[in-house]
Amino acid sequence: MKGIRIAAAAVLVMAFLVTVFAQFLAPAGYEHQFRDQPEARPSLQHPLGTDQLGRDSLARLLYGMRVSLLLAPLAAALSTLLAGLVGGLAGCFGGWTERVCTLLIDLFLAVPWLFLLITVRAALPLDISPAQSVVITFLLLGMLGWAASARVICAGARNLMRSEFVWSARAMGFSGFRLIRLHLLPNLRGALAAQFWISIPVFIIAEANLGALGLGVAEPLPSLGSLLKEIQEFVTLRSESWRLLPLFVLIAVVSAFQALLNREKVRA
Amino acid sequence: MKRFALLCIALFFSLSLAAAADGNGELRFCLRSEPKTFNPLMVNDDASETIRYLTGGVLVRVNRLTQKPQPELATDWKISLAGRRIRFKLREGIRYSDGTPFTSADVVYTMQQLMDPALHSATGDAFRSGEGSVVAQAISPTAVEITFPAPVSNLVNLFDTVAIMSAQSPQKEMAALGPFYVAEHKAGAYILLKRNPNYWKKDSAGNPLPYLAAVRLDIEQNRDIEALRYSRGEIHLINDVSPATFEKLSHENPVMVRDAGASTDTEQLWFNQSPSAPIPEYKRTWFQSTQFRRAVSEAINREDLARVVFHGHAVPSTGIVPVTNKFWFNSDLKPHPYDTASALRRLQQDGFHLDQGTLRDRGGNAVEFSIITNAGNRSRESMAAMIQEDLKKIGIKVNVVTLDFSSLLERITQSYKYEACMLGTVNGDLDPNSQMTAWLSTGEDHIWNPKQKTPATAWEAEIDKLMHAQASAVDQRKRKAAWDQVQKIAWEQEPFLYLVNKDSLVAISPLVKNAEPSAFRPQTYWNVEELSLAH
Repeated sequence: MKGIRIAAAAVLVMAFLVTVFAQFLAPAGYEHQFRDQPEARPSLQHPLGTDQLGRDSLARLLYGMRVSLLLAPLAAALSTLLAGLVGGLAGCFGGWTERVCTLLIDLFLAVPWLFLLITVRAALPLDISPAQSVVITFLLLGMLGWAASARVICAGARNLMRSEFVWSARAMGFSGFRLIRLHLLPNLRGALAAQFWISIPVFIIAEANLGALGLGVAEPLPSLGSLLKEIQEFVTLRSESWRLLPLFVLIAVVSAFQALLNREKVRA
Repeated sequence: MKRFALLCIALFFSLSLAAAADGNGELRFCLRSEPKTFNPLMVNDDASETIRYLTGGVLVRVNRLTQKPQPELATDWKISLAGRRIRFKLREGIRYSDGTPFTSADVVYTMQQLMDPALHSATGDAFRSGEGSVVAQAISPTAVEITFPAPVSNLVNLFDTVAIMSAQSPQKEMAALGPFYVAEHKAGAYILLKRNPNYWKKDSAGNPLPYLAAVRLDIEQNRDIEALRYSRGEIHLINDVSPATFEKLSHENPVMVRDAGASTDTEQLWFNQSPSAPIPEYKRTWFQSTQFRRAVSEAINREDLARVVFHGHAVPSTGIVPVTNKFWFNSDLKPHPYDTASALRRLQQDGFHLDQGTLRDRGGNAVEFSIITNAGNRSRESMAAMIQEDLKKIGIKVNVVTLDFSSLLERITQSYKYEACMLGTVNGDLDPNSQMTAWLSTGEDHIWNPKQKTPATAWEAEIDKLMHAQASAVDQRKRKAAWDQVQKIAWEQEPFLYLVNKDSLVAISPLVKNAEPSAFRPQTYWNVEELSLAH
């Protein structure tokens, strides 16, 4: 198990370094179009070949990782924070607080997000830069994707409030914020961490799907999601294995997160 | 042993039956959506158009290879009253799929239904040439005369889209005069068309047509899955293959796909010139400047667009009319050249200047605008990315925004909240009349500055005059001269920056015999009566 954790940590450190030093590692700019070499096979000049417009695939993967692996965790953190806040409030205080929070959660789960997102996109100005568009996209995902996690946190908090050690703590005079900080939050940490890690790949994939609505990352900025979208037809029509690398990167990073998560769970 | 022999015989028979079922000729291909209607007069979408083409009997059919009308239910026709009247002589002894006889009363009934204002038929709108009603009159059981309130240009060809309905049949619009009739429909899954037993056409050897026993239309929205099903041999045709899919299928087996030549469809970019558009005044000034539009046009490398995005299956566009439209194309015009130096000169003449790689106008505003296009269209998204890169070379910053189609339509037709837009036009009809609403300054589809009370510019006023002139003339040479002039003005002023004309890429299984793909819709099955399947 220790070996797996070391490998997972190595993958994440490597991914982090790659995203930070993308501009030094990339053989070319992610937006530069080598128009004489569209859809080229791997070569010394382009180690992962080029995309449909002749852009270096390695450069796009490195920058895509930067966008997705930095912003998806931020969106997941935002989503987990909201889930912890609403779910925690509902589970801890019960009564009308729980009813209001549950209503809010149900409302967020029931709203047709597709149409809401289309409306949000229609309301956004058109002259935003690709960087702004990607931040807005992940911000929206973080703000909208908390409801399912909140239910889990709510159930966990409710169970904790009924546990003997919490009764004991309350009998000893712990209440309010002190009770939450010292007894509930440490015990909810595993559930919160799980929701956080689970959200990351979900948001990366969601960003790719939002691209179809015009909400994803704008050209020419790449993201893991937009790179996954590009390989869709290769998966169905032909096998050019190197083009699947973004998919393997996503799997490797998410698996590494999960491996470390298990350790966190064991500790918790 | 005896049981084993019986089993073998049973297996042999079942295999023979299966082979026979395959050999009876069931052509299979996909519709991208459920047909919105089976009423041939109400057709307004591709799927319904396919059903109409395969089941409807028409008086005249435009040959997709020669682009000329040829007799179908009408054996002859004559135009009189300076283009206001047409008289058809009808074929005798023809019956609908349910056995009901076909007469001139059916043509009269169809025209009355078609021109009924309450029906709101898009097919009927093409015949509305002026105020007043259309009168259809049966002269005899085999002759019919239709009189219009004003001359209708391209009159004969318009009848290619009018499927004649039966006035008598209890099956109403489901009674077919075409080669097939609708036998089965499972909503969302498939439509099965079977051979019309009463179809009138025969081949040169006297054999009844169509050769195919049935056509099965599977409803499949996903184009990748459609291509996958084709490569597995589950379907026989794809009418419109994307360039990327074309290359991949061609790589697998070159005989699986064909390039039927340049289509009449266009891809274009335009700037929002509407005075009511909520955009900064200095940007409106750029967009209304001919020099600015010409400069942007010259900075776009159309050759690269055709080569990279369409894998060479496209040609740089010249203008409104593609070169494939043999009669109406103005052959004096050539595609705008890619010339960034010339583009910069034009911009300098118009008061723009380069400042550390950024183009600025007279007021010092950096030249930056957004191009909207519909999300999900990979070719268009790629073209936008390439244009973004091209314009960067002359210091213009472009933001590409992809929107869902309804949001995009709302912006370009109602709120006008956009700066530039890139879309394509499907030109099914080759006649200039089909473009009246796009070029008349009063038109809703005069998309860069729609619904003008009076023409905003002298050149738009000139185009208005020429469009009216060609629409009211019956002499084709006069019409051609006027339309040539419109093409020239549009080339000079560039309200639309025409980018490329895509080739018509189709996939036809080697099992399909007698296929002669055309660049015009329906590309693969326009001669469906003559198609057959190899066993």
